[in-house]
Amino acid sequence: MTTLVATLSPKPARPLGQLLATAFLGLVVAAAVLAPLVAPYAPEAVDFAATLAPMSPGHPLGADQSGRDLLTRVLYGARTSLIGPLILLAIASALGVALGTLAAWHRGWVDAVVSRLTDVMYAFPGLLFVVLIVAVFGNGMTTAVVALGLAYTPTIAKYTRSVALGECGKPYIDAYRVQGMGGFAICVRHLVPNMARSLVGYLVVLFGEGLMSLATLSFLGFGAQPPSSDWGLMVKEGQPAIVQGAFLPVLVPGAAIALVVVSFNVIGVRLADRMGVRGT
Amino acid sequence: MVRKLAGLVATLLATSFVIFAASYAAPGDPVTFLAGGKENLTPEYLAAIRAQYHLDDPFLVQYGRWLGDAVTGDLGRSTQYHDQVSDLMAARLPSTLALVAYASVLFVVFGIALGVLAAVRGGRTDSAVVAGTTFATSVPAFVTATVLISLFGVQLGWFPVMGGGSLWHLTLPAVTLALGALAIISRVTRQSMIEQRELDHVSVARAGGLSERLIVVRHVFRGALGPIVTMCGLVTAGMLAGTVTVETAFGLNGIGSLLVNAINTHDFPVTQAVLLLMVAAYIAVTTAVELLHPLIDPRVRSRA
Repeated sequence: MTTLVATLSPKPARPLGQLLATAFLGLVVAAAVLAPLVAPYAPEAVDFAATLAPMSPGHPLGADQSGRDLLTRVLYGARTSLIGPLILLAIASALGVALGTLAAWHRGWVDAVVSRLTDVMYAFPGLLFVVLIVAVFGNGMTTAVVALGLAYTPTIAKYTRSVALGECGKPYIDAYRVQGMGGFAICVRHLVPNMARSLVGYLVVLFGEGLMSLATLSFLGFGAQPPSSDWGLMVKEGQPAIVQGAFLPVLVPGAAIALVVVSFNVIGVRLADRMGVRGT
Repeated sequence: MVRKLAGLVATLLATSFVIFAASYAAPGDPVTFLAGGKENLTPEYLAAIRAQYHLDDPFLVQYGRWLGDAVTGDLGRSTQYHDQVSDLMAARLPSTLALVAYASVLFVVFGIALGVLAAVRGGRTDSAVVAGTTFATSVPAFVTATVLISLFGVQLGWFPVMGGGSLWHLTLPAVTLALGALAIISRVTRQSMIEQRELDHVSVARAGGLSERLIVVRHVFRGALGPIVTMCGLVTAGMLAGTVTVETAFGLNGIGSLLVNAINTHDFPVTQAVLLLMVAAYIAVTTAVELLHPLIDPRVRSRA
């Protein structure tokens, strides 16, 4: 996941792309908030007369194999698909920023322990660390979100540590120290708020990635469970219908995931660029 | 060299310990957790599990014995299939390895080609490659898989949708697996080529009247090769984990889908074994790449 972020194009995305991405994300958030008001059906309303219905005025995006309206489910799915990554990033950034700051502030053995822990987590490629936790604690959205939160912790800790190291060398830190302020107070009141700018750009890119990972876990059956309308789970449930020639049940949630992640990446790269420029 | 190998062993020990100790983190008695489903809770079966995991010994002794057994190929019995785990894995490993090999060929050839093209042509080609790779990394593999099945499998009927075995069956899965890797490799290639092109010896070659093709092949690409090869190795190493999603999406019988089935049926011995294999392979390949890097790129040796 780090390589991905590191190799993103240094060229800033075109303003048009960013505008579209922002507008689209705004739309998705609005859909998540207003789902009960704008959705034409209830998300779990089964109607076998409409099984695998194509696009029609009654079902603008078609219906799945149980005849549930796909537009409705995608709108409701925006809720789990956005809240999941939000919680996992909250967990990961709380732990990661704390560990990273601690490592950069104390150096020495604390730094060594944190980096050894990070190394062990990094030795599990891809989602395998999360898969292990799910195998032990059972499938479900809560386990998946917490496990992903833990899995993203070292990435954020590493990034925070590198930013904090640069920040700790600046004179204002010494100034506070000379005034007799405690280390904890300096970190919480001054160091962390000053790093927030660079962290936000990074977190936006990670949000897209987290959404992707969470959807993948749901697709594998480890995350959201039926009858949830999580986008990853919708793709999983729609898969058997592909051979019958009904593509909408997989394409609609699949497109939703892809578009949201692309939008987050476009905005995140842009933000990261701007933060990077201001930092130097 | 020795330090790197020691690091390799230490990381392997640490990860295997995490995988082993995970069964103790589970709520409840480890015996019932390891036994899997409720139908397995017979006294004889529990006794067999106790013996396999040496559950009556002290914790660290248990770990040592389990690791010793695993290294000698005794990975216990599956609670789901009641077969030796090593037999199950041996039966499924060839198709997974074929998939990874196929995908590796695809991403190395097309990834490097796209990267070189973007760096040499510049302008529109460059923007198109950068935009395309940004998009490719933003689409999760399972979505790519379902789109490819819908389009090429069902709509056009060019590729079989089910089953496996032949190269033809593996094409769509390999393309899916290769796509994300391809994006990373083309980016690294492009970046590395652009950096090399700015160097003095390239300007000298150009001033000497060498044709642009020769400059690119002999000087720019040769110099850019180090990071490209390293990244190819790292990406290939991570691919074994990527087969989890791709094999599930395409219904292939490999190691990856074995892992998913094992978790969904609470078959912990199989889960442990597959995780151990994937993590060990990943660590071994990444270490090998680190050791090979100075051989490909002598400048790394002199810098060290």
